[in-house]
Amino acid sequence: MKCENCGEREASVHFTQIRNNRKNEMHLCKECAKSKGFHNPLDDVPFPLAEFLTSMVKHGTAPSDPIARLVCSECGMRFIDFSRIGRFGCGQCYTAFRAPLEDLFRKIHGATRHCGRTIHRPPQSGPGLIEEEVRLKDELKKAIEREDFELAADLRDRLKSLTIDTSAPSTGETA
Amino acid sequence: MIRSFDELVQRPVTWLSGEGEHAEVVLSSRIRLARNLSRHRYPARAEVDEARAVVDLVKTAVEKSPLVQGGAFFESTELGEIERDLLVERHLISPEFMRDETPRGLYVDDDEAASLMINEEDHLRIQAVRSGLDIKQALDRARGLETQLAEGLSFDFDSRLGFLTACPTNVGTGLRVSVLIHLPGLVLIKEMDTVLSQVNKIGLAVRGFYGEGSDVLGNLFQVSNQTTLGRSEEDLVDSLEKVTRQLLAYESNARRRLFTDAPDHIRDKIWRAFGILANARVLSSQEVMNLLSAVRLGVAMGESMGLDLGQINQLMLSTQPAHLQHHFGKTMTPEERDVARAELVRKQLTKRRPIRRAGPRKSDHSEPDSE
Repeated sequence: MKCENCGEREASVHFTQIRNNRKNEMHLCKECAKSKGFHNPLDDVPFPLAEFLTSMVKHGTAPSDPIARLVCSECGMRFIDFSRIGRFGCGQCYTAFRAPLEDLFRKIHGATRHCGRTIHRPPQSGPGLIEEEVRLKDELKKAIEREDFELAADLRDRLKSLTIDTSAPSTGETA
Repeated sequence: MIRSFDELVQRPVTWLSGEGEHAEVVLSSRIRLARNLSRHRYPARAEVDEARAVVDLVKTAVEKSPLVQGGAFFESTELGEIERDLLVERHLISPEFMRDETPRGLYVDDDEAASLMINEEDHLRIQAVRSGLDIKQALDRARGLETQLAEGLSFDFDSRLGFLTACPTNVGTGLRVSVLIHLPGLVLIKEMDTVLSQVNKIGLAVRGFYGEGSDVLGNLFQVSNQTTLGRSEEDLVDSLEKVTRQLLAYESNARRRLFTDAPDHIRDKIWRAFGILANARVLSSQEVMNLLSAVRLGVAMGESMGLDLGQINQLMLSTQPAHLQHHFGKTMTPEERDVARAELVRKQLTKRRPIRRAGPRKSDHSEPDSE
């Protein structure tokens, strides 16, 4: 189908508008849609991302390309997979794909650095308290099953100190 | 306190109450924060056990938080198809929420103004909604919930890139700020295309009532930010608020023009819409939205139709397919729904008493002595 506006390029943007109970459909090429301001509401994957990723996939057809061979050591996501689905597998992917991502962020956000709110706890500081608690409880259960009471007592103490820490900010909780 | 699913669904939605600043144009203001737990794969890549563990962790964090009490926790495994559709219609979950077997969870705060989606695209989607133009309150609420959760959970955060998200379009603040805005005036004077292209040009997205990929129905538009990296939360919120105020001014202007230039025509259009809604025997979901849009414009412009904005907003929700079927307590074919929808709307519109002191009855406890 040709674009309704320019009649030249292939229509790739299909817009449905309902006005006065009448359905109005428009079929435009990307350029004309953009000039009419219609490109954004339609694209499932945000516009610059889709474009960038498509170019990345083309890139990746050269097996020698070092970028195409990047793999996240944490979750096993390959850059080539990421460029197809547009979603990361885990937080580590950001580090693994760091080089090509700079360009992507510039295209999507027009920026490469976060300047909003930060959190105080550095990511290296270990799991969150609740996660730690769940882990300790799990170990405690296993220790009791194994009848390793020495370890169980130790784990219980650690759990206790953890619980006091967590409930400290909330007032008057008696557990 | 929400005790059951039914209780949640039967209550009116607070963010559709029609209260708050500029509620005649802005239905609601919404904030969404995307967060992930460090050391866990993102939902789409996680094994079932790992995804399950994330749901449990967040559930524990919610239960421990003193801020979030009296709400309800639902797990995807315990929700049927109708329940899922009800939650989608209430904007509490996305359609993707039930797309596969990944364990997912939903926490809804007591007043339904704050909620938490677990294991959708990201581990956490913190959401806060307010009626009218009230973005800052929504942001405060979402942050409150986030701060509480951060007490026990460790979020994926990078000093250069900020909060890490499954999709590169959300990285940084992980913030999506949006308003649901009713623009019948601009559509009627055929200025909407110009406005849309302007809004797009400054990097904001415009979508329909039900988000990404949804049609524009009832002249309701959702305006939201597209970029999340390189700007602070305050900055993102401020610029969306500025644009919203600009749209508000355009819309008010358009409405004024319509009511001064062609008062009979516009009032005719509004009252005809009312007439159809009050008498029709078959109403499609598309038709009802467009007619309610006209009636909403009438009420906003002071036509005494015996309805308030909140009631119209609620009707836009209660006439959606799943809510309709829940109301009538049975599953229905689309044809049956159209009949049921007409019945529901008719009842709502003719319930009003066209006597002087009409006004909708707000409370359900009757006081025989007053008058």
